[in-house]
Amino acid sequence: MVLQLIKQKWFYLAILAIALAVPLLVPNRYFFQIIIISCIFAIATLSMNLILGYTGQASLAHAGFFGIGAYGVGLMTKAGVSFWLALPASALLAALVGFLIGIPTLRTRGSYFAIATLCFGVIVSIIAGNWVSLTGGHTGVVGIPRPSPIPLPLAGEITFQTQTAQYYLVLAFLLLTLFVMHRLVYSLQGLSFMAVRNNEVLADAVGINTFATKMLSFVVANFFAALAGGIYASIIGSISPSTASYTLTFNWLVYLLLGGAATLSGPIAGAFAIPILMEYMQFLEEYRQLIFGALLIVVIIYFPRGLMGGLASLRVKAVNYSHRRKAGVPSAAESGKPDQAF
Amino acid sequence: MELFLQQIINGIMLGSTYAVVALGLTLVFGILHIPNFAHGHLYMLGGYVTFFLVTLYGFGFWTAMISSMVVLALVGMFVERVVYRPLRNQPHINSFISAIGALMFLETFVIVAWGPQGQRIPNPYPNPIEIMGIILTQQRLLVIIAAIVLIILLQLFLKKTTPGTTIEAVAQNREGAMLVGINVNRVSSMTFAIATATAAAAASLVAPIFMVSPSMGALLGMKAFIIVILGGLGSVPGAICGGYILGLIEALGGGYISADYKDVFAFGALILILAIKPTGLFGKEAG
Repeated sequence: MVLQLIKQKWFYLAILAIALAVPLLVPNRYFFQIIIISCIFAIATLSMNLILGYTGQASLAHAGFFGIGAYGVGLMTKAGVSFWLALPASALLAALVGFLIGIPTLRTRGSYFAIATLCFGVIVSIIAGNWVSLTGGHTGVVGIPRPSPIPLPLAGEITFQTQTAQYYLVLAFLLLTLFVMHRLVYSLQGLSFMAVRNNEVLADAVGINTFATKMLSFVVANFFAALAGGIYASIIGSISPSTASYTLTFNWLVYLLLGGAATLSGPIAGAFAIPILMEYMQFLEEYRQLIFGALLIVVIIYFPRGLMGGLASLRVKAVNYSHRRKAGVPSAAESGKPDQAF
Repeated sequence: MELFLQQIINGIMLGSTYAVVALGLTLVFGILHIPNFAHGHLYMLGGYVTFFLVTLYGFGFWTAMISSMVVLALVGMFVERVVYRPLRNQPHINSFISAIGALMFLETFVIVAWGPQGQRIPNPYPNPIEIMGIILTQQRLLVIIAAIVLIILLQLFLKKTTPGTTIEAVAQNREGAMLVGINVNRVSSMTFAIATATAAAAASLVAPIFMVSPSMGALLGMKAFIIVILGGLGSVPGAICGGYILGLIEALGGGYISADYKDVFAFGALILILAIKPTGLFGKEAG
């Protein structure tokens, strides 16, 4: 049983083992911090993947919802509320706001939806910058406490003062997000998301309530975006209107598309690989957004499925090829799989 | 009363810019169905070209503005060819993502090449004049008049010349236009050239009043989209009226309610109107 599991899932188990061993492998605190932030951004990119990659609606308010989560947790924990209460409360608040914003915007399609959500995202950062009495204006909120310790019955409590503890905390949330996304995408509901993406009119015709489907995807995506924001606020300790800026949304868009939209591994690969690669190419720091912009154009034109999507289709081709050689008949290995063309 | 008139004049001047920029965008977005989200950034680039021609090479204001229009027309054609044409038969959203790539590239290019700080073009017509008790500089008056002249010229081009009518033909029926021998690729290039050249003209006109800065394009691009959606996709009169209305709303809202939140009014209005009519006020079909 266990052996079989290891045999089938050895690749994922190896990745998990590496992820758990990260605190032993990182060379210094600075690099460790980059890994921690990458974990948080991977949650945000995964949630963006749900609405953009799987449901085909380009929500550009993502950093806005990230910001709602960040400000929610930042302000509540500074007022003395426990992190473990403030985090779900902020994420639920963002889900509610997402629901309210979804009512008008999800009736629109394509570029209209993208523009309407972008407008909302900008409104959030304008409010964050100008509602000085609540948000501290452009200086933002500083001195946000770390996540409250979890009391354990016998062994005292788990605190989150060290980087290692913080890393395991964000890793746990990343795995939770991945788990939820996996369950959602491979369920019947997940197929409805993709049906709406591939052909909304047809989906409507076969009896899918397209509006409710898009709304569910949007609300869940915003919930996890806010979750990422809340964790970010508590781990980093300070937030400002730039935490809700659309620049962040655009960065996640780059991570998502380069990694591979509509795959579960793509957003994570993108969110880790790109910041780490940029770290090794410090001399390019100034040109970062320039390169991102050009890459985005090249990827969307020539490799719309991104790195992971491209690898997946290569694998399918290889499997098909070996099947044909063995059996002499073509196989339909890819039919019904969620990771289909974006 | 004087404050009110002053704000009205400011609103009209602001609206002139919006109208000219939205006019170009309505051709590109409404007629070619290309969500050129980088339109505001091309406008910004136009302002920079004028700035450098005036300050570094000693061009006169008008020669600089016309040269900038020519340069940006070429840039616009290049952008259409490289960023959008390969995606013509793909879902709309792919072009939108491509556009985001283009705007990230343009904004960072300007920051890397010329620095993030704002630059000011020396004002060619700084003398104030007085009309009915309101004082305004000649440059502001010039913006208003030049915008009207540009709008009229563009209308004449679209309605009275053969190249202009081919744009209209493609707008009405792309396949039909191809059948009667119109080269759709050439029309796309031409539309882009016109749209970016008018944006460059608008940027050059207001450059002596406001500053040119790398971030000036992002907000303007969004506002242009709002105007185009509210005014009706592809509708030229809609874009012009929408531009002036938005300018006035901003000037009055900023003057009387809150300057900090003036952009919220415009963006909030868009979300509200889309709530009532998902394809825009005068929109015909979904994007």
